[in-house]
Amino acid sequence: MRFRAKIVDLACLNHFSRVINTIAKLAKTCTLRLTVSKLYFILADKVANGGVSLWCELCQENFFDEFQMEGVAAEHNEIYLELVPENLSRALKTAQSAKAVKIKLTNKHCPCLRVAVELPSISSSSRIVTHDIPVGVIPRRLWNDFREPSVPDFDVSIYLPVLKTMKSVVERMKNLSNSIVIEANLSGEMNLKIETDLVSVTTHFKDLGNPPWALEDGCQSSAQDRDLESMAEARIDIKKLQQLLAGQQVNPTKALCNIVSKRIVHFILLHEDVSLQYFIPALA
Amino acid sequence: LSRIGDELYLEPTESGLSLRTVNSSRSAFASFLFAPLFFQLYEAGGPQPGRELLRCKVVMKSFLGVFRSLPSLEKTVWKCLILLKPRASRLVVQLHCKYGVTKTHNLAFQECEQLQAVFDTQRCASSLCAPARVLAEAVVHFPQTLAEVTLGAGPGGKISLRNYVEDEAGEPGRAGTMVTELWLAEDEFQTVAVTPGSRITFCLKEFRVSPARVPSSSLGSPLSPSQPPRCPQGLLTFAEASNLPLTIHYDMPGRPVVFTLDDAVLEVHLVLATLSDPESGLQPPTANGAAHLPTPSDDFADDLESYMIAMETSAYEEGSGVPPSPTFPLHTPCPAESDPEEEEEEEEEEEEGAVPGTPPHKKVLDGHGRCLGVGGQAQPPPDPHLSPQFRSLFFGSVLTPGTPGPAPTQEVLAEDSDGEY
Repeated sequence: MRFRAKIVDLACLNHFSRVINTIAKLAKTCTLRLTVSKLYFILADKVANGGVSLWCELCQENFFDEFQMEGVAAEHNEIYLELVPENLSRALKTAQSAKAVKIKLTNKHCPCLRVAVELPSISSSSRIVTHDIPVGVIPRRLWNDFREPSVPDFDVSIYLPVLKTMKSVVERMKNLSNSIVIEANLSGEMNLKIETDLVSVTTHFKDLGNPPWALEDGCQSSAQDRDLESMAEARIDIKKLQQLLAGQQVNPTKALCNIVSKRIVHFILLHEDVSLQYFIPALA
Repeated sequence: LSRIGDELYLEPTESGLSLRTVNSSRSAFASFLFAPLFFQLYEAGGPQPGRELLRCKVVMKSFLGVFRSLPSLEKTVWKCLILLKPRASRLVVQLHCKYGVTKTHNLAFQECEQLQAVFDTQRCASSLCAPARVLAEAVVHFPQTLAEVTLGAGPGGKISLRNYVEDEAGEPGRAGTMVTELWLAEDEFQTVAVTPGSRITFCLKEFRVSPARVPSSSLGSPLSPSQPPRCPQGLLTFAEASNLPLTIHYDMPGRPVVFTLDDAVLEVHLVLATLSDPESGLQPPTANGAAHLPTPSDDFADDLESYMIAMETSAYEEGSGVPPSPTFPLHTPCPAESDPEEEEEEEEEEEEGAVPGTPPHKKVLDGHGRCLGVGGQAQPPPDPHLSPQFRSLFFGSVLTPGTPGPAPTQEVLAEDSDGEY
């Protein structure tokens, strides 16, 4: 099992750091899955996470100048690691002016992801900072826990409003209530509602647009026959929503959510080379 | 200075005004010596020559409060007068400002004995000098909350900085802790005179900038990661701002590391305790021939303290009349300045509320020459009830007489100047 990768381009490094920062805001510990062509940051929906799950996919070519990976076995050419993304984020934080960043899987005393940052310096040899991030290797028998979640059979799919606006609304609402209701319909209308003993606040968004999902056999039929005006709603933990929104450092190319009434809200944020899916279950 | 201690010691001397402080666990000491030239007018002592110069200490926060807003001070104050009024027990700081406004601050002070750390940069085996910027840039890679860092001389003349991870099982890089290591080439430094393979571990906090610090509650609180937000000027920031190169002197693990800044009118010293490292391979001779391998982590303050005391007492033993620190030639004028008993008295002041538990560690001094280090300590396993705070690392006697413990120790120290151990 081997892994080595190198980033030389500063813009790529920056971009990668931002992705890691976003992940770090969403999960304390997560799984990093490495394949020949992609990296995945996965958080499986365990009770410990509050039922949220995360699936973030990156094409390695868009970030790394060099990428070599050898999985656990030939037929299973993948590596699953458990790590604390915050560590990775910290390691990359001071690397923003680096000449090169190399990441390597090592096993000196315990498995670690070694991030070696080569920094420019006035002296003849560059400064090298290495960060050894402890990781856990996930055995093959557990890989099934980390399968890509399927898009749920949603009732409504709608594009999200400008994330910055949504974030500031949710942040203010967070001070008033622990849970928030997201409701939307197929006419491009979305409401964010909180209700407490003292006050209820609703923010209305309209003309958001509904993404056209490609028709597959038997899928999306519930959405298809739906009355355009009727709202699908779910009450979710407001902190989780706020974390998702706060973690976004760049505006995504596309941001949408799928609501399964009273069950789950599925957020999809797409950037050019990164896709992020985040599931927040509805509160009982 | 406020980043280290809660009390500011002012000591006017012939060679300038010395401002000093020490932290509550006695593992960090800093002093700034302003030469008379720094001031427009400098009058050190009373009219009688030979009279002991007055020393006092004030509460750090009160003193800082006078100079609260630097930008506005710079704009409005044209003269600042500091004078000591012994009879009124007040330190007067008078700010003469624009438009005829004079602000007079009267700070209550306590007379105190000399706060003197025992260290000797000449005796340090290794030293490094670099522009502060290099070190500031190096330190930036380590997390803000990091407590201890290990500075080492590595292969190829490179200098390394590594965060210190307490390893229980003796293996570094325990799961869960990220280890960061930075390598600097020799030519980044102005001078490098290090013992190859040498390493020391010290606490980073007093050294760097750490703007988000939690205020420490009282003199008694041990150094903890949650220290209050002080004025964010760590020594490093000060050095960078004044564009002075920083010199680091260190010796064996366990002996303090000294950071110095020098210029024409100012001499700055920061002395930090270092971790004694049983793995350093420099196992010192031990008392009673017993080999002890104490684990560094929890009781490192203890180890260092005894060690430092031993070092100091052994220095006295050799009858070296040279003051321990060449830059602080200002012990009390009496020739018996290396008299440990006098040191003892001086230290009483420091030990308000000394924990009676400290004695056992002092007792261990007997039989040790200077290489006490950690190994020499016939130390009982670290007593969790002994708070490390009142461990004086660079001072002579730490104990107030009258508590049960000190007595035997005082005797021991008293013997130092004549006897052999």
